[in-house]
This record gives sequence, structure tokens and C-alpha cells, in this order.
Amino acid sequence: MQDQAILDQLIQAVTAAAEHKQALCIRGSGSKDFYGNPQALQLPALNTATWQGIVDYEPSELVVTARAGTPLAELEKLLHDHGQMLAFEPPYFNASATLGGCIAAGLSGPRRAYTGAVRDYVLGIKLLDGQGRILSFGGRVMKNVAGYDVSRLMAGAMGTLGVLLEVSLKVLPRPAVERTLCIQTDMLQAIETMRRCAAEPLPVSATCFHENQLYVRLSGAESAVRTAHARLGGDQIKDKESHEENLWESIRNHTHPFFQQGKLNGKSLWRLSVKSTTSPLSLPGEQLIEWGGALRWLVTDKDTDAAVIRTHAADAGGHATLFHGNKTITPVFHPLSPALLKIHQRLKQQFDPTGILNPQRLYTEF
Amino acid sequence: MNRKQLITAFLKFLPEEAVLYEVEDLRPYECDALSAYRQLPMIVVLPRTEAEIATILQVCHAGQVPVVARGSGTGLAGGALPHAEGVLLSLARLNRILDIDPAACSARVQPGVRNLAISEAAASYGMYYAPDPSSQIACSIGGNVAENSGGVHCLKYGLTVHNILRLRVLTIEGDVLEIGADALDSPGFDLLALMTGSEGMLGIVTEITVKLLPKPETVKLVMAVFDDISKAGDAVANVIQAGIIPAGMEMMDKITIHAVEDFVHAGYDLEGAAILLCESDGMAEEVADEIKQIQTILQASGAVRISLARDEAERQLFWAGRKAAFPAAGRVSPDYYCMDGTIPRKHLAHVLEQIEQLSAEYGLRCMNVFHAGDGNLHPLILYDANQPGELEKAEAFGARILEICIQSGGSLTGEHGVGIEKLNQMCLQFNDAERDLFHAVKAAFDPQSLLNPGKAIPELHRCAEFGAMHVHQGAEKFPDIPRF
Repeated sequence: MQDQAILDQLIQAVTAAAEHKQALCIRGSGSKDFYGNPQALQLPALNTATWQGIVDYEPSELVVTARAGTPLAELEKLLHDHGQMLAFEPPYFNASATLGGCIAAGLSGPRRAYTGAVRDYVLGIKLLDGQGRILSFGGRVMKNVAGYDVSRLMAGAMGTLGVLLEVSLKVLPRPAVERTLCIQTDMLQAIETMRRCAAEPLPVSATCFHENQLYVRLSGAESAVRTAHARLGGDQIKDKESHEENLWESIRNHTHPFFQQGKLNGKSLWRLSVKSTTSPLSLPGEQLIEWGGALRWLVTDKDTDAAVIRTHAADAGGHATLFHGNKTITPVFHPLSPALLKIHQRLKQQFDPTGILNPQRLYTEF
Repeated sequence: MNRKQLITAFLKFLPEEAVLYEVEDLRPYECDALSAYRQLPMIVVLPRTEAEIATILQVCHAGQVPVVARGSGTGLAGGALPHAEGVLLSLARLNRILDIDPAACSARVQPGVRNLAISEAAASYGMYYAPDPSSQIACSIGGNVAENSGGVHCLKYGLTVHNILRLRVLTIEGDVLEIGADALDSPGFDLLALMTGSEGMLGIVTEITVKLLPKPETVKLVMAVFDDISKAGDAVANVIQAGIIPAGMEMMDKITIHAVEDFVHAGYDLEGAAILLCESDGMAEEVADEIKQIQTILQASGAVRISLARDEAERQLFWAGRKAAFPAAGRVSPDYYCMDGTIPRKHLAHVLEQIEQLSAEYGLRCMNVFHAGDGNLHPLILYDANQPGELEKAEAFGARILEICIQSGGSLTGEHGVGIEKLNQMCLQFNDAERDLFHAVKAAFDPQSLLNPGKAIPELHRCAEFGAMHVHQGAEKFPDIPRF
């Protein structure tokens, strides 16, 4: 199909849906169907995967623009071929993941605590609002303070504010050298070591603690990595022995046995985003820590009281998301304060007056 | 609610010295650093606590009185220009650093705290707050949030939006919004991004948690001279293409070099067509390697002279010229008009060429300083308002430059904000539906449009007009603050 025809079809679908108040489930490849409240998945799908292609890429500008249906793998391969990367290391969960889903879900991978999140790299966005209007915000430049930052607002909005059509992202050069260290330690000490890593100007690009092993990835110039290794100590993990890349990939995409376990029947996988210095959380189950202590993954029995988990997260300055598990007994995302919920509902009303875009995917209230 | 009733209402909970309403007391608040626009507010209030702000907002909401927030008043776009029938809410007295948490690399501060004061307070922990707008000795962190301020290091370290974790915001309707978190993300929409750069239109920020970074061990600066500005532009691209993200990368054209060298004697090469400053920071070994690499690339890109600052004093001297560009413009010309466009870097040579043609066409000189790393161009159009017609010519010239920036895929403002100054140009960059949505976003927070009404987003009827205003020599406040 011609490009224009694909776009027209998307516009028509949204316009018709608005007219008939027939809500839609925006869907790229479906790699993140599991994520968010499941109600929207019952709705007719608005398929965005066909709206794909790289629109513009100039490596020396550090900016790439692509259509939302572009497979993330295709985008990352292009960047890789030019020695660049998406610095937020987005999880795929499935090889077919699209750029649109990556932005809408707003999830970032192991590098997040050190180089920033998806939203930090969003420069511009073209979207269809709930009335089927094509709107552009931001741009393809690093600095832009014209108008409200609607582009970044789309990151993590789970498609509730618009159908993403095109995204411009800042990209970064890939580090010259990467090295992963492994330090034997307990959870308390690991959190302290991660804290120390953050407070010193070291080229740390990822941290993970699991089963009394603290993994620290160093990225940067050869000299910087070497010096940092000497300062931190620990054993370098050799590629051959334990598939260094695979360790971080498996954490990023949840193929690591820890995460696999959380997807089993009778188990839940919770994501607790907390203040990095939070002491070990005493919750039933097994934990894996990332992001210098700021991200605590919990695999627990599906019957573990969600309220208890959420209270622990809130007390630690953060929030808890039910990643995998029984979503019929508790909402996926941490409840908002009444004041914030009011703003969310109003924004939703403005972007999507008839409430047709991914209703309830983020919060059941809208 | 009339003026007298408002004053009475405020004096019920504010001390007398915190409510200003006599003309001579209002005068200092009639403008921000863009003093071409002046307007006396009806009343100025100077609260010291969040509770006082909440009550002020309650009174104003009940009486449907516009509220304009103001930090240090260093904004360059008139964002804090008072409203004639409104209350000017000064946040300057909320100037306490509430908490520094070196373990979590964060600081919780009130909005009136000066940008530099945060880094000064964090210095004893070996940390600093990264965004460094040129006015950082005076500008407030609350104002930085309102404008999403950058600085010379933002290619590597990001803008305000990348360096704050959490905001406490009061809405005009009396709600307290806790936006963001001590964690790295928070549930729901990214309101932290939406609030940042919203120019006081959505809510009043009463508390800010900023990220602190460990100070780099080593900082080195290279200065390269080019005989052709397009070569300098290519050099920037070559550095980045080689996988280097310099801590700072700044460019000046010939006319700027001459103007600033006369002023600060930084030792710039007056024969050069362009000077590029390129800074590297990090661990000592890393910086040594990176500087070597940068020098090689600059050489290969055709630099005619490359100097590495020998020591900290020379590094500061090299920077001094760049930082003096705005005052230097004020020295060589009776008036100058500062633009703040951004462009994709690849269009630099072409844009500069067009600016040069326009310069000839309008018969006005134009100095160009460029945050080369992130494509933020500050053309300074030199003119003399006392010469009949020159002001209008400069306006037209500036308008054409902004059009060129927008046409080349850039933006009309990279860091100064829209405020009152660039309202007309917003009509060029956004269509009716997009501006409509901006108004809708505002309505979600402020349905009656009481917060800073009339700024940042033009009303539809306004877009029929197109114009721009000028910064006159001596009319800019805080002339002693470096501007770059």
C-alpha cells in the first residue's frame, strides 16, 4: 500500500471511531500486550505496524526520525551500523517490538540510571489526536522551548493521548569499550557500592544485583574503563564464560531466569521504582536490583498483598507496577493522588474528547 | 475583586512589607531582563512559605485575578512581565536549600534559590548541579524550571528537564501536585516534562528536587581557529561523528571574534573566520585521550591554529571571550537584537550564508554566536535605533532569520523561551490545531486562564500579526551578568 493510503487509513479509523464512540486498542507488533491494564485489548485494534520507515537520520546530528511502526530492531541496527545507539536501551520483550510501543510504554533498560530514560531522548513527535488531527510537537533539534513539551508527555502515556505517527530521538555514540565486573556481596553492601559508583565520576553504564552477585558495567574510552575497573575491583566477566552481552540483554528483555520465573503461573513480577538509597525491601519473594538501587524487581506469589507492596514502594519514595500476574485483583499502575488523577482526566479529555484511544490501559478511570 | 479588596485580603495573612502596591514599590517589578516591555502590576506579593502562596492563589482564584510568577527576573523573553490587572507573585523569598542528599545525589530546594547557589552548596560533597545558564549567578532554579534552561554544557549533561527529579506544584484551583519522585520515574503521564518549560502557565512550583552530579576530575579546553566558517561547522560534525560528545562546543564568527577581542583580550586570532571552543571533562586519562582525538579531528577538518588551554586560568580566559559576546555587541553597536533560534547543525553553513546575504540586504551587521554542539544559534543584529528606519529593518531582518531557522527544521527558541517576545513567531512554527492543543493543555491545569495569561502561546487572533521587539543597549537589566 502507498504511504499516503496507510496514513489516510489511520486517520479515517480514528475519525470514524471518534464519530461512533467506538474505542480502539492501538497496537504495533503486540510485543507489549502483556503490559498495562488488559481491558483495552478486547477492543478493535488500530494497527500501526504498517506505518513504518526511517524518515531521517544524520549521524552527525545525533538525531533519528522514524515512523512509529518501525521495528525497534531495524532502527537499532541502523544506529549500530553508524556506531550509535539508543542510550536508554529500550526493552523489546519480543523481537518484533516497534518504536511506537517503545515510546508509549516509556520503559527503559539497564543504562537508564546512568544515561537517562526514553523521555529524556524524545525530541519531537507527530501524532494523531483523538479527533484524527495530525499534530507535530518538538522537532529534530536538541534544544526547543517553543510551546509545552507535548512530545515527552507521550512517553509512557500508553497511547491514551494520541496515536504516535513519527518520533524524533536524540541518539548517542556507542561507547568504545564495555566491560562488566562481578563483585561478590550481599544486598545491603551491593546497594552501598552502587551508591558509591553514582557519587563518583566513573563511567558506569549499568548495575545489577542478583543472588549475591553485583554486576557493574563500565562503558567509555578504554582508559576510563581500565581506571574505573582498578578503582572498583571485582572480576571481569569474560565474554566466553558467561556471555557478558547476554547478561545485560537478558535483564533488558526479561529473558533472564529471574524474570522468567516471574511469568510462571502462581507468581507475580512486580516492578518497584524507588529512591536509589532505599535499604533492602523486606518483601516476600526474590528480588533483582537494577539502576543503582532505584529499580527493585520482585518475584513473589501471586497472592502477595498488592497493597503491602505498594506501601513499601511509596514509603521508599516511589511506586509499584504489576508487570506480570493477576491483573484482575489489582490495577497494574500505582494509584494516583486525587489531584493528579484530576489533571490526568482533564488532559485525556483534551487530547481525546470521546475517549477512544486505549481507554483504561493506563488507569481504569480514563 | 478590586485592588483595595485584594490588598485587604492579602494583609490578613501577609506582613505589610510583603504586600507592595505603591507605584514606587512596584516599579522594580515592571519588567524582567527584557526591559523593552514594561508593565506595572496591580500588586506585588512576596510570600515566604508555601502556605502563604496557597492562600494568595486562593484569594486570586476566588477573585478571578491573574497571577504572574517571578523568580529573579533574569528572563530574556518577558515571561515574567506583569499583568496590569494582576498580582505579581515573587518567589524570591523562598530561597532556602531544604536538603542535600549526597548519597542519593539530589538536593531539595525552594524555587527562589539561585542556580549557582545549588552547586556552591553541593561543592563540599564534590557534586554540582549541571545546567549552567549564563545568568546562573542570579537566575533562580524556579525560573530555570519555567524556561527549561540550558547552558553551555547541555549537549552532554542535558537541560533542566533532564536534571530534575521532582516538583511540588500548587494549582490555581488549590490542589497540591506532587510531580515526579525521588525514584527515577513516577506513574501516569510525564507531568514533570510538561511542567518544565511551561513558563509559569500551568502551576506555581514551590519545591524542586534536582539531580546532583559528581564533579568531573579533569576539564580541558581546546580552541581552534578556522579560515572558513563552513569548515568550522564541518569540524563540529566530524567530532560528533567520531563518537565524541564534548562537554561543551561553542563557535563564534569573525565579527564576533573582533568585537569580543577588543573587549576582553582573550588572545583570539583576529585573522580567523571562526573560532571553535571544544571542552572535554571526565577522568584524567579519559580527558587526555579525548583531547588528543579532538585535536586530531580539528586538524584534519582544516583548523589553521589549535591551542590547548595550558591551565585553568587560560581555560577561563578562552571562555571569557565567548561569554562576553552579548556585552561586546552592546559595545560595538548602539543597539542589538538577540535571536535564539535552533537549527540542525548540518544547515549551519547554509543558514549563516543566508544571514550574511540578509545582512547585506538590510545593511545591518550581524554577529553570530553558536552553541555548536546543540545547534542553538544566537545571531545578534547590530543597529542604531536613532537612525530612522533601522529599528524596523532590524525587526524585519530578525523575522527572516527566525523563518530560516524554522524552515531548516529548527525552532524559534532554543533556550530563552517564548514569553511575550516571541508570541508572533509561534504562529509560524505551529498551526491552529497545535496551538489549540497548547491552550487545551493549559485549560487542564488552569481552566480560567489566570496563571500568566497571554504568554507563551498566542491566541488565534494574534497570529494574524507578525512582529518582533528589540533589546536596546542599556535597556537590558543586570548588564553585569554574562550572557551567552
